[in-house]
This record gives sequence, C-alpha cells and structure tokens, in this order.
Amino acid sequence: MMAAFDVIVLGAGPAGATCAATAAEAGRRVAVIDEQPRAGGQVWRAPMGGFPGKGDADQASGDTLRRRLAASPATRRLGHRVWSVVRTDTGYRVDTLGPDGPTALEAPFLVVATGAHERVVPFPGWTTPGVIGLAAATVLLKSHGVVPGRRLVVAGCGPLLAVVAAGLVKAGTEVAAVVDIAPRSAWLTRLPAILGQPRLAARGLAWGFAVAKAGVPVLSGHGVRRVEGGEAVTRVVIGPVDADGAPTEGPEQIIEADGLIIGHGLTTACEVTRLLRAEHRFDRLRGGWIPVVDGAFQTSLPGLHAIGDGAGIRGQAMASLAGEALGWHLAGRMAEAEATRANMAAATPFSDAMAGLMAQRPAQVRAIAADTVVCRCEDVTRAEIDSAVDAGATQIDQLKHFTRCGMGPCQGRSCADTVQELMAARLRMSRQEVGQWTGRPPLRPVPLGEVIGAFSYDDIPIPTPAPL
Amino acid sequence: MTARRLHAAPERVAVTIDGEPAMLPAGESLATALLCEGHVLLRRSPRDGTPRGAFCFMGACQECAILVDGSVRQACLTPVTAGMAIELRGAP
Ligand SMILES: Cc1cc2nc3c(=O)[nH]c(=O)nc-3n(C[C@H](O)[C@H](O)[C@H](O)COP(=O)(O)OP(=O)(O)OC[C@H]3O[C@@H](n4cnc5c(N)ncnc54)[C@H](O)[C@@H]3O)c2cc1C
Ligand code: FES
Repeated sequence: MMAAFDVIVLGAGPAGATCAATAAEAGRRVAVIDEQPRAGGQVWRAPMGGFPGKGDADQASGDTLRRRLAASPATRRLGHRVWSVVRTDTGYRVDTLGPDGPTALEAPFLVVATGAHERVVPFPGWTTPGVIGLAAATVLLKSHGVVPGRRLVVAGCGPLLAVVAAGLVKAGTEVAAVVDIAPRSAWLTRLPAILGQPRLAARGLAWGFAVAKAGVPVLSGHGVRRVEGGEAVTRVVIGPVDADGAPTEGPEQIIEADGLIIGHGLTTACEVTRLLRAEHRFDRLRGGWIPVVDGAFQTSLPGLHAIGDGAGIRGQAMASLAGEALGWHLAGRMAEAEATRANMAAATPFSDAMAGLMAQRPAQVRAIAADTVVCRCEDVTRAEIDSAVDAGATQIDQLKHFTRCGMGPCQGRSCADTVQELMAARLRMSRQEVGQWTGRPPLRPVPLGEVIGAFSYDDIPIPTPAPL
Repeated sequence: MTARRLHAAPERVAVTIDGEPAMLPAGESLATALLCEGHVLLRRSPRDGTPRGAFCFMGACQECAILVDGSVRQACLTPVTAGMAIELRGAP
C-alpha cells in the first residue's frame, strides 16, 4: 500500500509531533511516524502497560502534545518502525513495519526528528547485567513506573543525573551515591545561563533539594573505575577524575550496590540523514555528527529537513521550538516561522550550557583500558581497535572491516562516538578527518519475512518462453 | 538488580520462559517485565560468552535481543502478550 502526503515527519517527540501538528493545522497533508505506540518522544514518554503515570509536569506536557496531535488532521502511524528511507524522483519514500505489516509512504518533504541516543564511555564491567543507562532509567520510571534496583549508584554527567537521582529518591529507592564527572565549578560557571531560564532553573533546584534531603552523598569530580560482580552488579568502584574525565591520583571508594545507572551525555541519532548522504559536520558541543542545515532546517538535500536533538543536542525546549518554526515554514507561513525562530535565539544560552555538560570528554575516552570491551555487540576491546589502526586502518570504514566494530546488530549506535574518537587520537587526526561510518539500511533490524509478507512461489509471474 | 513496580501490575497472562510456565503483565514491555521478575541476565555475548542484560531500554543497543516464539526480538520494544514462548538460554 502506498500513501501520498505533502510532508512525512519521522519521529513524534517534541520536535516531530509539534512540527506535524503545526503544518497539518495550517493545511498541509502530513503523516507522522514513530516506533513508540504513543507520541511524546523520550522526554515526554507516555505511560504504558497499565501504569497510570507519575502525573508530573513532563506527563502533563506530553498529554497536551498528544491531545494536540490527535486533534490535528495529521495522519499518525504510531507503533511503526522505519527501516528504510530512499530518495525518489519526486521526494522521499519511507518504508515502515507496523502491527499490520509493511507500509510505504511518499512525500516531497521529509522531516527527520529522530532524537538522541545515550553515550556511555566504556569502563571495565560496563557490560555486566544491572548496568543500565541514565536515559534507560528515565524510560523505566516514566513509562513503566519501575525502579530498577534496591540500592543504586547514579553516575556520569549532565542534567539527566539530577533527573534520575531525584526520580529514584522520590520513588523511595536507596541511592547509595551520585557520582558526577563534572567538578562543582563546572555547574557554577554555567549558573548565569541557567538562571536565564528561571522555570528550568527552578526544576533543577527542586531535583537538587530532593537528593540533598534524602541525604544522598554527591561526589563531584568523580567517575566510575569499574563494576564488580561478573554475572550481576555487586560493587561499584569510583575514583577522582580531572575536569576532562580522565582518572587522577586519589583514593578509590567501593560502593556496595545492586545496580549502576550511568550516562555520559547524548549523541545525535542522525542515521536517516546519514543514510541519505546529506552533508554532516562534527560538532562536539552538539553531541557529535550533525547534519548541516540552513535557516529553514533544510539539509544539503532538497526537501530533507532535520530538527530536534537528532540535528544537534539542544534539549526539549529548543526541539519544540524548532518543530513549530519548521511546521510554519512548510505551511508557507513565513511571518510565524520567523517569530518562532526569534524565540529559539533566546533559549540558546541555556541549551548550550546543558549541552556543554553532556559533551564527550576526549581525555575520558583516551583513558579507556586496553582490555576493556568497547563494542558490546562483537566484544571488541580497545587493544584490538588500537592494533587495527597500527596495522594500517586510516579510515573509519576500514576499521569496521578490520575489527567488526559497528557491524553488529546495533550498527554502531553504542560505540561509534568512542571508536571514532579512539581512532582519531591514535592517528592524530581530527574527528572530521576520521569521518563516520557509511549509513546502510536497515535503520532498524526487521525480520525479513515480515517485510516480504506472505508470498508464494506460485505468485511469481513466469514469462512465456521465447519462440525458438 | 531487584526491580520494583510502583503500581499494581496490570492483568497477567500466561507465557513460558525457557519452557517453564510464568505469568507476566500484559502490555508491559517484555524487557521490563523480565527485569521485574528477576531476569536481569537475558543472554550471553556471541564472541566471549559474557553475561548481558537490557541496557538502553529504548531500542538502540540490541542487548535485549532474545528469542520469542522462535524469532529474535528486542525485548524492550516487544509488549507482553498471552502465550509467548520466551527463550533466554540459547538466545543468539
Ligand atoms: C532515552 C532518553 C531519555 C531522555 N529522558 C529525558 C528526560 O527525562 N528529561 C529531559 O529533559 N530530557 C530527556 N532526554 C533528552 C530528550 O530526549 C530531548 O531533549 C528531547 O526529547 C528531544 O526531542 P526530539 O523530538 O528531538 O527527540 P525525541 O524525544 O528523542 O523523539 C524522537 C522520536 O523518534 C522516534 N524514532 C527514532 N528513530 C526511529 C525509527 N527508525 N523509526 C520510528 N521511530 C523512530 C523515537 O521513537 C522517538 O519517539 C532523554 C533522551 C533519551 C535518549
Ligand atoms: S535494551 Fe537496548 S535495544 Fe533493548
């Protein structure tokens, strides 16, 4: 089945859902696709499976957006995973797999709003069951009402540390320690930008109070050295780090815990723009590789637009604003688009301050031990990556062939940022020069049988034999 | 990692886990349901055989890929339905 639209929006988070609703309300024929069963994206994840939700501000904002999208004329394809996107003569074709089998949509304009993935910089024991991401913990708390342990260590960097620690404390779980790579001074220098957004600053303060009130020790300038336990987390060993995340001299502390929740910021989920071969550049502050866009969020390819965290980590407020601005733009309402863009400029200092706390720290990556697994899918260690470079891999796709890094089922989503940084450091090249892995379909693993659908050899037309 | 639900779990349905009968909450993501039942370890890595469990809970890492009714599924994106045959041992 093939359906035609003016605009296809990929991703129904704050950026995509806002863009779809705005353009549809203004008269465009819009389809919006998301693999999640309900709109809201990561920050406004809808509760599922009988959990009524936490009833907090995030849920209320998500409900407002979900109601708006449902009331708009936009066609919603939720619970549909996009596994292929191709350019056609007239625009773009998007192939999805949903509960009712495969579908394809076509439109002259495609908006990519696929959000972010979590970055975790490897350390010994990070593959132990019971180590999960900070972002993963937000999913469990928000969508499922599940606290993932009895006594947990929350570690890493950036604003999600505070979100998760406060969420766990409120849920009545013991948080043994919050371990923040950033020294206190890193937060203090960002204070002016934070105070520029009083509403968001107040939420941050509330998280801080919740953690302090529960008496949770907060260790700034510390990082996780290793996780012990083998088959399940039993102990987390931490130690001091410098401002760039590299371990420094100083005593280690052993914390007994049944789980570690860790994250080192977010990276852009830019697989779609990469697959389509749009131009990208490396921007450490914005989470890694980002598509190059113009004032109307258009990439180097005509009709292909990118907004939200997938076009550079800027957070929810900026994602929503970009969605609205692009929605107006696609509907030809330039005055409204311009006014919304002006609001984005005002929100930029706060978003830059937060992005700075979440950006990759190269020294932390360079300090990864030789026998630590970097690529989780294929169990490739740092030493194997280094020896592939020494054996002559000078380009990132070559490294993939030498080591299988990026070739496993996750297609490099977990390791790309680390592997590319390690290679750049060893070759003394820039990240831009080392490049990124060539994008390949499928974007998501899909069972081939389901994509092909029910099919019988009898259905294949057999041409009549040519005359002798 | 002993996970705990903050609410009364929804209606449970019968499934099998490695051939043993079990009851899991319908509609919950399979990864979450297994975590709450104490299945933190889901599979072993193919090359080194090291133990693995769900890691990202959002469909990115593939660490939760287990066998459901004979085909590989990401447990964090698969809602629990009645009659599922879930295999943790021997999953790829
Ligand atoms: C797991 C996670 C948890 C987070 N939790 C918080 C939080 O608690 N608080 C906070 O302030 N910020 C949080 N963030 C940051 C937050 O995601 C962003 O600031 C904000 O949501 C960006 O909005 P967005 O619309 O750009 O992307 P997102 O909200 O990430 O939305 C992108 C959407 O695209 C969909 N998608 C991606 N690829 C495909 C595909 N191939 N097929 C179908 N659908 C696809 C996804 O399912 C998702 O719904 C979190 C980030 C992550 C990754
Ligand atoms: S836990 Fe990462 S894909 Fe399911």
